[in-house]
Parts: sequence; structure tokens; C-alpha cells
Amino acid sequence: MTKPILDVMNMNKDFQVKSKTALFRKPAPVRVLNDISFELIEGETLSIVGESGCGKTTLGRCIVRGMNASSGNVIYHTEDGQKIEFLKLKGKKSKQYRKDIQMIFQDPYSSLSPRMSVFDIISEPLIANFNLKKSEIEEKVTEIAEKTGLNVSYLRRYPHAFSGGQRQRIAIARALITQPRLIVCDEAVSALDVSIQAQIINLLKDLQEQYQITYIFISHDLSIVQNISDRVAVMHLGRIVELASTDSLFSQPKHPYTEALMSAVPQPDPEMKKDRIILEGEVPNPANPPSGCHFHPRCAYRMDKCVQQVPELREVGYNHFTACHFAEELHLRGVQNDAANTN
Amino acid sequence: MRTMPVFRRQKTEALQPVKTKDANYSSQWRLIYLRFKKHKLARISLFILAFLYLIALLAQFIAPYGLQSYDSKYVNAPPMGFHFVDAAGKFHIKPFVYELQSTRDPETMRKIFVSNTEKRYSLQFFVKGEPYKFLGFIPTSTHLLGVEQPGRIFLLGTDGMGRDLFSRIILGSQISLSIPLVGVAISFVLGLIIGGISGYFGGWLDSIIQRIIEIIRSFPTLPLWMALSAAIPPRIPVVTMYLYIVIIFAFIGWTDLARVVRGKFIALKNEDYVIAAKIAGVGNTKIIVKHLLPGFISYLVVATTLAIPAMILGETAMSFLGLGIRSPATSWGVLLQEAQKIENVALYPWKLIPLGIVILTVLTYNFLGDGLRDAADPYKK
Repeated sequence: MTKPILDVMNMNKDFQVKSKTALFRKPAPVRVLNDISFELIEGETLSIVGESGCGKTTLGRCIVRGMNASSGNVIYHTEDGQKIEFLKLKGKKSKQYRKDIQMIFQDPYSSLSPRMSVFDIISEPLIANFNLKKSEIEEKVTEIAEKTGLNVSYLRRYPHAFSGGQRQRIAIARALITQPRLIVCDEAVSALDVSIQAQIINLLKDLQEQYQITYIFISHDLSIVQNISDRVAVMHLGRIVELASTDSLFSQPKHPYTEALMSAVPQPDPEMKKDRIILEGEVPNPANPPSGCHFHPRCAYRMDKCVQQVPELREVGYNHFTACHFAEELHLRGVQNDAANTN
Repeated sequence: MRTMPVFRRQKTEALQPVKTKDANYSSQWRLIYLRFKKHKLARISLFILAFLYLIALLAQFIAPYGLQSYDSKYVNAPPMGFHFVDAAGKFHIKPFVYELQSTRDPETMRKIFVSNTEKRYSLQFFVKGEPYKFLGFIPTSTHLLGVEQPGRIFLLGTDGMGRDLFSRIILGSQISLSIPLVGVAISFVLGLIIGGISGYFGGWLDSIIQRIIEIIRSFPTLPLWMALSAAIPPRIPVVTMYLYIVIIFAFIGWTDLARVVRGKFIALKNEDYVIAAKIAGVGNTKIIVKHLLPGFISYLVVATTLAIPAMILGETAMSFLGLGIRSPATSWGVLLQEAQKIENVALYPWKLIPLGIVILTVLTYNFLGDGLRDAADPYKK
């Protein structure tokens, strides 16, 4: 049952920034992803959370090869049990397996070409990957359009005729048309109204049930994450600082950064006392990260060890990984009410 | 189950290409057209330009006289109007011109022309005149308009050698309106290819191309033209020579377009929808053709349209300096060069009419480019 589908191993991503002062000296690259490793199990939803600029989107794009990772490896387990180095796929093999991992983008306005009709947009991956007859393509597109709740008679329209929610449905239809096994949803609902968000989330969930799709769900909205994910990875400054099942993470966070994030989850009960942890200071500059634990300048529990030593990501509970020296000693607060968890 | 086939047919019907004016179904080009239509000035300009090019195409037919024709009797003759009512007050259904007689001003002793109201020559259409080749290959001698022999018609006067200015402006437009297109076409191709390479591959190749562009752009162009036109052997036909010069012109002028193309390539390369196509497994060539090119081709059209008036002005500037076409071949620049003496401004102001035509052409091109620019990106908010 717990068949792995994807192993991300020691992924790094460096960005070369242009120096404004030095003309000839090459500045040190900025490490945006730092030794990211995790395993993905077929059919699960793994959420990746973290504040802006922590590298969530970069991670997602590196996995689907929208960007090239600087180093590291992604092992893709095919349906017939082969292990494939996904990032190194070339030529024919690339064509065979790349379509298995697709992506939904954050902004449904920029992710659809304004110059192609909706039918052309949805059918594009199909034409690129399969040799199909025109009638077969039309059939498949209509089928997927119906699945994603698009009006078939609007398929000849252009994206400018659609609202944000409808556009995101088009993007989902495009991602689904090649029948992928894994979809990276990069903030797939953040740009939408709350009511539309719920619709799209439900659509994604339904599709997951129907087709056994695995999701990597990148988001900064913790209430949605809590609602849809099986496991959650918390990222901070290009590293995974905590990785655990949703329940475990939300009820007993083991990393102070996760605790701070949890305290920011809006509570539906207005009577409840708000006890928000406000982090001091700014997000550290990734070009010049702090020593030791990258979170220490903002951590309320910091000790000398935190300044000197980089904590490893280690297992502190059943399938609960965290990168904090004092994970066992600290008693951190999770999300106070479990109301959201029960449904 | 019985309703199924009906349902299916509805579905396939919905997928047929639609022919509707609904903007929701409109492609990029249709949206551009709709926007362009709203730009009145640009629309008028388009018509004027089409008219000018039509005249240039039919120049030999429309011009009453040919390139080589001159008449020493009528040097610096003023424009003639045609009349319907003669000196006696009699109305003629056919418009006519009077004969021109040259006399001397009794005070200044300057040669002036007066109309001889005794002698009328009525205007005629499709008259036989000098032989020429219609559209370049049909030999004929029919001209659109003329007057009865031995009368002469100078609608816009004559120049210092007694050549009809109207004919020369029309014949000159053939070169002045067409050669810049050749130049722009060359810079378009060069700019598209070099700018595309620079933008798509990036890295050191991009750096090298950009530095080369900067060097080319910092060349002082005027001395360069002078040197080049001096280097071209003088014995080749003037038009060929002029074509050479324009090609040289284009080899300098492509840099602007290359920059536009490069910038657009870089901007579009990182658009989400391009990355989405990449992830979906669409090949490089297809991404360039289906996503990148349609994204900036409209800007390219604008940049090209706006480059044409610069070429026209360049042509006139070079001919004005005596580097381009030389008489008896003609272009608007040649006509302006002939008009550059101060006495012309004072005594024969009609010789400055080509200037007006140049201004009209450049302005219409600019308005057209303006309208196209506004329409080029219909998705801009």
C-alpha cells in the first residue's frame, strides 16, 4: 500500500546573483535549496509550507524540471516498479516519463497562454506526448473538461473570457490530460477567492480519489494544508526544518518555527484568546545566512549551541522529523482547537 | 441510454470552430484588429499609405511625362491650374489649361510665365505619350492624363531644367517608398535571428552579441555612409548603387530590432505558460513557434513600422547630401536636393512640394505605428 513514488535526494539549488559593486569578481551564489531530501508515497498529499522566499516554489519547479537543480537527485518509481533518475531523463525516455509529473501554477492568469484557445491549451500536452487522431484528442479534452467542471461549449473561447476560478480549472485540466501520477500544486488556490478555493480544493480531492494522484501541495495557507494533506514539510530558508504527518505536526510541533507558524493560523472562534507568536526581526538574507541553526536569530528558545551548530533533520517521534537541537526538551504549542481537524 | 447519442452529438458540435464576433472567441490577431480599428488616425494613415503605394506602383501610368523628358522652353514654370470657364466667360464641360508664354518682367527683367488665354488645351484621359513598361513588363504608351498636343501640363510646375515636378514626385516615390522596405526587411530578418539567439541562449553568447551591438550603435553613421558611397564604384546604375547603400544602412539598423527581440524573448521565456508547456513535454522548436513568436511578433511589427520612416528620412538625407541617387534618376531626396537653393524658396516655392510629401509619408507611418503599438498587446490591462 505504501509504495513510494518519488524520492528527492539531497537537492540543492544555487542562484547566481549579479554583483552591483564588483565588476569582475563573481559573487558567491545564493543557496536557495539546501540539501532537501524527502520521500513521497503514492496517493498521498504532501504539503510544503513556509514563509515567502523560503524556497517552496523553487523546490516544486526543480522537481518537475521547470528549473534545473544545481545538484541532487530525484528518483521516480514508475508504475511497473522501475527506478528512474528523473532529473537526468533525456530524449525518448524523457518523453515517456516526464508527462507523469505535472504542475499547477499559482497564478491562473499568467499560466495560460492568452494566445491559444482553451481547447488548444488543454490539448497541448496531449499532442506533445501522444500520437492521437483529431477525434481522439477532442474526445479526451471534452472528457477532462467535464471532469474539471468546465463547460464544453466554451472550449473554443480564449482564456480572457474566463474568471480566475475557471482559469484554474483549465490549468488543472491541462495538468490532468496526460494522466499524471504526481501533480505539484504550486500555491494552486492562493490567487483565488475563498469560496472558489474550496471548490478547487474539493475538485483536487475528488480527482485524487478517482485517479490515485499524488500531490505535492505548496502553500502558505495552513488551514488549507491542515485540511487536505497527509503529511506536511515545513521549510525555512531553503531547508526542511520539520516533516511529519499532518496531525502530529499540527498538534505537537517540534520546531520553534513551526510553532510560530501554527500560532498564525486563524481561529474561527472569535471568543478564543489569541496568543500569537510574533517573530522578531526579518527573514534572514539567504545570501548571507546566519551561523548554526538558520532560525536562531528569531528563535525564542535559542541557546549557544544553536548559534554554533547546524541541526540535522532527525526523527524525534514516529515518522516525525525535525531539525532542532532541543526538539525533545521543548514543549511547543500546536493548533489549539481541533475543530478543523474533525471534518 | 436512448438519450446518449443526442448528447454526444451536442458535444462534438460544441467543438466545431466557431465563426462569431463574440470577443470571447477572438484570437490574438482579431483582438489586435479590433483595437486597431478604434484608432482613427492610424486607420486614416493606413488608407493614405495604401494610396501612396498604389500611386508608386502605377507611377509611369499616372505621371504625364517620363524621367528623361525636359523642355528648355519651360524652365521654372509655376504650377498650372486647370479651368472650366474661359476668359470670355464661356463654360466648357472638359477642363482645360492655357498655353504658357514666357515673357520678361518689365521692371526686373526676370523671366516670368503668363497664361495665354487665347490658346486652350483641354485635359484628356488615357492619352498617348512617351512609351514605358506598365508594371515593369507591359509595353505601352498610354498615360492617365495629358493635354492635346502641342500643349503642356505642369500640375506642380517645373524644375530648373524644365522637367515636370508632378511626374518626378510620382516617379521618385517608387524609389523613396520601396527601397526603405528592402532595408527594413533586411534588418527585420537580422534582428529577429540575432536577437532571438541572444535572448534564447543567453550566457556568454548573449554578452558577446550585446557588446557587438553596442559597438555598432556607437559608430558615427554619417561619415560611414560617405565613406561607403565613395567606395562603391560610380559606374554601376544609380538604383543598384542606392540599393547597396540601403543594405549597408540595414546592417547598421538591425540593432534596434535585435534588442527588442532579445528583451521579449527573455521576458517570455520565464512566463508561467511557457514553463508549463516545457513541463508538459513540448519541444523547444514548438515552444518558440507556438508560444514565444506569437508573444512578440506584434511588437516586432510595430518596431518595423516605426523603422520605415527613419529609413525614408535616411534616404532623403543621403540623396540630399549627394550620396544617394543622382539625376536624371529621381527620388524625393533628389528633388529636395535640387530645391535647396535659397532662390527656390523665394521665387519658385513649388519646388518645395516634395518636402510636404516626405512629411506626409513619415507622419502617416508614425501614426500607423502608433496605432499598431496601442493594439499590439490586447491583453495588457
